Parts: sequence; C-alpha cells; structure tokens
Amino acid sequence: MNKAKTVGELKPGEKGTICCFKDDTLSLKLLDMGCLPGTTVEMKFSAPLGDPICIGVEGYSLLLRKAEANTISLV
Amino acid sequence: MKGARRTLVALVGNPNSGKSSLFNQLTGLNQKIGNFPGVTVDKKTGVCTLTNGERIDVLDLPGTYSVYPKSKDETVVTDILLNTSDPLFPDVVVVVVDTSNIKRNLLLFTQIKDLGIPVILALNMVDMADRIGKGYDLELLEKELETPVVNINARNGVGIDRLKKVLEQGAPKQGKAFFDVTELASDQIKEHLGANNAQTPYKALHSLVNDGSIMDTNAIQAKDTTVRYGKINKLVGKAEQKKTAIGLKLYTDKIDKILTHKIWGYLIFTAILFIIFQAIFAWASWPMDLIDNVFSEFSFWLSKTLPAGILTDLLAKGLVPGVGGVLIFIPQIAILFAFIAILEETGYMARVVFLMDKIMRRFGLNGKSVVPLISGVACAIPAIMATRNIENWKERMITIFVTPLMSCSARLPVYTILIALVIPNERVWGVFHIQGLVLLGLYLLGFLAALFSAYVMKKIMKAGERSFLIMELPTYKMPRWRNVGLTIVEKVKTFSFEAGKIIVAVSIVLWVLASYGPGDAIKNAEQNVQKSLEGKKYTQEQFNNQLASYKLENSYAAKLGKSIEPVIKPLGFNWKVGIALITSFAAREVFVGTMATIYSIQSAEEDVTTLKNRMRSEVDPETGQPYFTLALGLSLMVFYVFAMQCMSTLAITYRETKGWKWPVLQLVYMSGLAYVLALVTYNIFV
Repeated sequence: MNKAKTVGELKPGEKGTICCFKDDTLSLKLLDMGCLPGTTVEMKFSAPLGDPICIGVEGYSLLLRKAEANTISLV
Repeated sequence: MKGARRTLVALVGNPNSGKSSLFNQLTGLNQKIGNFPGVTVDKKTGVCTLTNGERIDVLDLPGTYSVYPKSKDETVVTDILLNTSDPLFPDVVVVVVDTSNIKRNLLLFTQIKDLGIPVILALNMVDMADRIGKGYDLELLEKELETPVVNINARNGVGIDRLKKVLEQGAPKQGKAFFDVTELASDQIKEHLGANNAQTPYKALHSLVNDGSIMDTNAIQAKDTTVRYGKINKLVGKAEQKKTAIGLKLYTDKIDKILTHKIWGYLIFTAILFIIFQAIFAWASWPMDLIDNVFSEFSFWLSKTLPAGILTDLLAKGLVPGVGGVLIFIPQIAILFAFIAILEETGYMARVVFLMDKIMRRFGLNGKSVVPLISGVACAIPAIMATRNIENWKERMITIFVTPLMSCSARLPVYTILIALVIPNERVWGVFHIQGLVLLGLYLLGFLAALFSAYVMKKIMKAGERSFLIMELPTYKMPRWRNVGLTIVEKVKTFSFEAGKIIVAVSIVLWVLASYGPGDAIKNAEQNVQKSLEGKKYTQEQFNNQLASYKLENSYAAKLGKSIEPVIKPLGFNWKVGIALITSFAAREVFVGTMATIYSIQSAEEDVTTLKNRMRSEVDPETGQPYFTLALGLSLMVFYVFAMQCMSTLAITYRETKGWKWPVLQLVYMSGLAYVLALVTYNIFV
C-alpha cells in the first residue's frame, strides 16, 4: 500500500511528481536531463511493444526504457 | 609560430540544439573531419571568416548534456574543456541553446561558464520558442548571466552576423560565477585554490573529483546539478515573457500518434525502409554503371595509347580499375546518407529507436541498428558508416560486425550464375519457382546468421559502458537541405580518402598476382597458345580469350589456387574455383569475371548463358561426371553467403573502429563460418 509508485507505472496521460531515485548512476543522467525531485512528469505514450516509453518533462519529450523509468519514484 | 595561431572557437551544446547547423553556417564547405586522439569520435573543424576579414578556427564538439560525461562522446568534450594545455583548448566557447527548451540547455552553459572559459551564449530556435508561447528578455539574461547573449537562427542564418560581430571582439570578459560551488566542499576547494590561484572554484572541484580527492563524487554531482537547476528555474522565471502559443508541440504529438502507432508505425517504417532499399538498389545502378564504363573505357584507352610495358599495365590494369573500384560505391553512399540525414534532421530517427529498441535489444543491438542492417542488403560499406549514430560502443561494434553477413548486391551476380547452373528451372506445387526459393533462402540465411552472431556476441562481449536509453524525442522539423548536402559530401570524402587508400593498395597486389607468374610461361604465353591452337581455325577474339585464360592459369594466383586446393577440396572446390576465390577477395562480383576468363569467355555480363554452358560442360577428370554438381553449387553459394570477400568492407571497418582488431576478427570469423558451413552443405548433398 505504501510502496511508492514509479514513473514506469504511470498510465498514458497520467502525471506525477518526482520524489527520488533508486539507482545512483542513472539518477545523475536523469538529473542532467532535467528530471529533478519536485519536477512534474507526464506519461505520454509507450512504444507498441510496451517499452520504451515517452514522458514529458519541463516542456520536452524524453524517451527512456521501462526499467529506467522504474528507478524514478514518485511522491 | 605560436603567436600566429588563429583564434579557436569551440561550439558546445546539447544534442538537437542546432549546433551542427550553426557549424555549417559558420564554415560552409571549409570543413575537415579528423579523429580525436585515441577515441572513435569524429573531430569536425572548419575555418570561418569574420565580417572584418579575420579568419578563425571553429571546432564542433560532440553534443553533450553536462560536463559530467556519461558516454564516450561526452568524455571528449569534458577532457578538452578541463585541460587548458590541450592543443584543442578553445579561446572562446559558443554554447548553443535550444530556446524552446531553455532550462535543460542552460545547465551546460552555467557549468562551462563556471570553469572560467570565456563563453558566448547563442540562443537558437527563438522562433520555435515563440510558437509554443515562450519568450525571454535577452537583455535581462545578458545582465544576470554577465555573458554576451546572441539571438540566432541556425536554420536560415539570421543572426549569424551578430554572432560574428561578437566573436570579432575577442574573448568576452567573464563576470562572477553562476553558482559558487565552494560551499559543496569548502575546505578542500579553498586549499586547492591556494595552490592553484588561477583556477575558478568550479575548476578546482573538477580537479578534486578527477584526482580522487573527493570520495563521494555522485553526491557532489547530484548536489551541483540540483542547485544549478534551482537557480536556472528562478532566472528563467524572471526572464520569461508570456506570449500566445500557436501550438507547435501539438502537431508533433499528432504526428507521433500515427508514426508510433502499433500498426501504422511499423507499416510506415517498413515502407520507408523499402524506399531506401529500392533507392540504393535501383537509383544507384545507373551512375554505378556509368562509373564502371568510364573506368573500363579509360583503362582500355590507356593500354592502347601508352607504349606497352609494365608501367602501362600497372596503370591500366591495376591502378585505374582500383580507383574505379573505390568510386563505384559513391552513388550508394550518397543515396543512403541522403536518406539517413533526412531521417535525423526531421527527428524521425528517434522514433525508429522508439519502435525497434525492444526487439533489437534481445540481440545485443540497438534500435538504431535497423537502418544499417537493412542497408547492408544493398551494400555493407555505407551501412557500416551509418552505425556512427549508435552511441553505445558495444551495440555499435556488434552492428558493424554482423552487417556484412546480410547478403549485399555484389553477391547477387554470384548467386545468379550458380543458381542458374545447378538449380533446375522448375516450379514446386505449381506456383513457387525453385530458383527463386533458393535465392530467397540465401538472403534469409545471411539475415539469420547476422541475428544469431549478434546474440552470441552479446553474451560474450564485455559491456564496456552500461547500456541505457535516455534520450530526447525531438519535435518534428523540416530537414535543412544544406545540412543534408554537407553530410553527403562529408561521408563521400571520408570513404574515398580513408578506405580508398587500402582498397587501391589491395587491388594492385591482386593485379600483380593475377598477371604475373613463376617461370617463363607468361612471357611465352602467345607462342604457347599459338602452338596449342595449331591446325585449328580460330578468330582473333578466340585467340585473345585463350590467351587471357592461359595467362591466368599460369599466374601466381593460379599457383595460390593450386596450393590451397587441398584445403578447399573438402568443400568440393578445385583449383579453378580456388583462383576465383582468391581474385574475388577484392570484391565478390569478381568471381563471375574470373570464371569467365578461366573458361575463355570474353565478357561475363553479355554471356552469362555461354559461361553457364561452359561451366556445365566441365567434366570431373576422376569420375567423368559433370563437375558442377548440385552439392558443389550449393556449397559455393553457402560459402559466398558467409565469406568476407570484400576488402572495401574490411577497409571501412578499419576506418570506423580505428584499428585492425575488428576487421581481422570479422575476416577470421566470417571465413571460418563460410568454410564450416560450406563443408557441411557439401557433405549433405554429395
């Protein structure tokens, strides 16, 4: 119940606010790309095979694999 | 001469920020492609003439998101910018920023500024920002950042003169740091600055991180990035001027609904691949025939006009065909890169990755591997050059390694003659043409071998860098034709000069092998052939054909063919096939030409039927049966599916991987595969 939702679990059109990262190395890349704690992200759509996914951050579209999206926890 | 060194300006920016367009605007055709020492990253430099006539050097650095590198390309940028004694350390950096995406783009700008490098901020794509309702107060930005800010449009060249004017004034003075990082590790930074007082605190922080004095580098980096974004958000909020959006983003979203749709997306992608494939196959054929004809006419003319002798022979039969053999690939390279440049320019390439990543990842490949693999069906050379945009090293090496397994157009003439020779021209179940089915089977065999090899390599290769896919999905744009044109010029130049050298050298060696031989046999060729034809009626043409055939049979190539006979005998090949294997090492299609010479036929292309009949009538001296049996034909076909019989491909692999390791591995692996599978095939059917 208390398990925090991740970006990878958002449904298309759903929004969430980034809380923290589960993977240290990936988090640095994500920070560079503007995914900061407190930033709102929107799940836009996923590839036909379910992976990768496209999310909206800071007014642009970011493409990432589901496994990577799952390292981003939401508030 | 140190004082005479021209001012060096480096262009730095995020991928998709329009940095390359700006580079093309500044330098035009005055570009040079080289390598950064020790890495497989292209170094693009050019010369730009400023409005006052001064000439400056411009360096286009790879796109990067921050000075903390996450890939090999990004490491190149950081290495240069952190090392003031690097010969490529710039006097001024122009940071190119996509204004419609200003926050993320400014991160890199603030980092470079804080390193203490003189910097100019070039705001690109202001028109795009306008259309999505984002405008910024440039004067405020200039004042707050204490940096010259220039509004440019790299697509149509507006504002380039303004940027040149700013560059004329020399290195701009840098104001205070955007973010004073001293607070992140104050004692250590202060101590470091005491010893190196010319450095900025940010530079000091990087030195400390790089020499291992600061242990928790991840935390420092995370803190640094977070604080910077916080300050950028505040600044951008202040400089923002609300405008009405025209809704550009929406139309990108609408196109994406179709182009990444689960049915339409793949259908459209397949259609695009089909068009590219068709273009390389069909459109390239007439310029290729033209080049082929011009060079063979020229070499014929040379051998007629110049006095007979070794030098004329070398020129007419070694060098000129060698150069022709390089130039013949240019139409295919130009066409493929025209398409690839358009796909990149419009932003579609990122959607290809999006659609294909999951499938390709299973085989150790990347979403971007699809285009090289499919292009490989036309020709492996442009295909291998097209792997350049795969960022992950391992995925790129695997793609380069397996691409030549796709059956290229040069194998088609070999397949055609062999199929015609041994496969009956009949139908199965009344509909399927057996010959057609065999041809399809050969293509499939190559494709499956490519996927299988990729899978094996994925398992055995070290990861190198971690594979991740975190990239921007850019908005759709119209391609800039100037950039497309410059890409074509760049690729053609790279191929002709870098791979061309090796190709010409090997052609000359092969020419020597095929035209000289041990003893006096070749010297006395004419008399010997005359003797053998004594008493028979023959035309001059028949005599020449006999002569060519006699010469080849007594050449070093034949000697080699005979000496490898024990090795190729288990595959069913005799020494005549051996000669063809050796001469076609340069290029597979030479197989047909060599066979034609051995069987004394004047021109292979006009006389495939004659050649076929001659080959069919050859009798095995041991058994008295026809020599070209089904087993031998299939064995040869399988051999040509796998064998790395193309020195141009090896040369381009050498050029793209910057070393002999990969081309040698490719040659050994593919030859081994060819040998074993041809052996198996022969023994199944014999």
